[in-house]
Amino acid sequence: MNKQITTQIPNSSPLSISSNSSDRGIIKNGSAKINKEALIEKILALCAGISILAIILITLFIFVRGLPLIFDIGLGDFLFKMEWNPTKDVFGILPMAFGSLGVTFAALLWAVPVGIIAAVFLAEIAPPQVAGIIRNMVELLAGIPSVVYGFFGLIVIVPFIRNFLGGNGLSVLAGAIVLGIMILPTIISISRDSIAAVPQEYKEGSLALGATHYQTIGRVIIPAARSGIITSIILGMGRAIGETMAVVMVTGNSTIIPTSILSPVRTMTSTIVLEMGYASGDHQTALFAIGMILFIFIVALNLVVNLAVKAGKLNGRG
Amino acid sequence: MGAANTKERILNILFWLSALLIVGILIAIIGYVAVKGVSAISWDFIFQAPSRAGKEGGISTTIVGTLYLTLVALVMAVPLGVGTAIYLEEYAEHQSRFAYLVNLTSETLAGIPSIIFGLFGFVFFVIFLNLGWSILSGGMTLAIMVLPTIIRTSQESISSVPVEYRENSLALGASKLQTIRKIIIPSAMPGIITGVILATGRAVGETAAVILTAGSSLGMPILLSDPARTMSVHLYMLAMEGISMERAFGTAFLIIILVIIINYLANLSLRRLSHSLR
Repeated sequence: MNKQITTQIPNSSPLSISSNSSDRGIIKNGSAKINKEALIEKILALCAGISILAIILITLFIFVRGLPLIFDIGLGDFLFKMEWNPTKDVFGILPMAFGSLGVTFAALLWAVPVGIIAAVFLAEIAPPQVAGIIRNMVELLAGIPSVVYGFFGLIVIVPFIRNFLGGNGLSVLAGAIVLGIMILPTIISISRDSIAAVPQEYKEGSLALGATHYQTIGRVIIPAARSGIITSIILGMGRAIGETMAVVMVTGNSTIIPTSILSPVRTMTSTIVLEMGYASGDHQTALFAIGMILFIFIVALNLVVNLAVKAGKLNGRG
Repeated sequence: MGAANTKERILNILFWLSALLIVGILIAIIGYVAVKGVSAISWDFIFQAPSRAGKEGGISTTIVGTLYLTLVALVMAVPLGVGTAIYLEEYAEHQSRFAYLVNLTSETLAGIPSIIFGLFGFVFFVIFLNLGWSILSGGMTLAIMVLPTIIRTSQESISSVPVEYRENSLALGASKLQTIRKIIIPSAMPGIITGVILATGRAVGETAAVILTAGSSLGMPILLSDPARTMSVHLYMLAMEGISMERAFGTAFLIIILVIIINYLANLSLRRLSHSLR
């Protein structure tokens, strides 16, 4: 309501001042001012339009570059063919789609439980000072660039796997560990915020009925924060699927479907960054087609999040 | 009763373990890179240009490349982002289709992975606009990437400026533009600065998008049309091609120091933000 008041006043006030005035100079001055204000508003609207323009251009240019190849070889072949061999013009992305989903799923498998437990800890259990320190650390983890995670994975996690578990270390497992660490901050921060936003009355009601703090967490708080927690998992998943540098450095990048978590694997994003430097012709188009599939997948995930958040607001506290 | 007690005790241990794991991961990463990287750092490492593909010499050109690219990205993204936020909060009807579209697209932009920005920057700036691998191509790509961060933080801080400030200013006869310039932007400044710092952090660490748009030339970038290699790209090349692990550690160490400084500044300005709102 307040917003409406503030938007109405400025529209009418300069006009009424200048029309009441008998001095011509002021009228002129006033109308020049109105012109200037209108111009500024137009410029600001143009700024706002940049986001829309960017999305349109990104969609347009990636689709225009990627679609011809998919029309050429058929969507079915592109998605489900087992072989990726650019020198023979064979472009099947199934092994790397499988690789992307596999590494992401393995990362979620450990990062989701750890993240949610940490989020509950921060919001409900930890003494405020401890919670403050850990939140700062989570923020710092979120700020470390992916290439540093990849480097750490390459020099610490990969040799560790090679020495203690076998294989050459560059593996699904290494990717899952590194990716999991990278999405922990996303899962923890968003889940923590949604847990902290559960109304105090819910907790008090549950405790008053004789439930213990832990029972309240399990039966009342987590269910009430459900939509935020799901949002955090989906966003974490989007981040994992789209992650490039960390994954390319630790997974070995061979284009076969992995047989165990110690086998090397190649993801869709890795293929783009590894081959873009020298690809040309159909090969380059195929890389754009991979980007297009990735783009569609991520935008779909984002839409799911938007819907989930809206649904949560509807059945939540309004 | 006893069973319930053991269960709660186990849960309690799990809670503390999860926190310990986070602390452990952070200390392991920063500690390991610092211990291994600190010996590589010297004045020569920072101020000398790399030679023989990075095998010898320092990393000065990549430091300049990083700062240059980040600066170009911010110069473009900050006015656009703050302008967008002012428009959305002060001019647009909140229910309007345009405002809805702007919010939706900037949220979508925030979720797009950097490799997609890299592909777009390559085909649009490098090829279509014929800018080549350059500071300008890379900077504009980065600008689009950090735009949502700046829009969101500016929007939040502008909308938290009390309505009375606006009403008082308008009642005193100030025009809407004067109110925005003299009242709203100064009050929202800490939030805007926080957004700029966060965007800097993202731009400094970005690799995938930069490698496809600014290239990986080791020369010193002078003009906007020069190609450049950033520290992150340099770290990737050194480590992946096994050129020099010692220099890779040194580069990673410098990147982590930059990130810690940026993180500290962001916290500082957030704290000032919460003070100014009180």
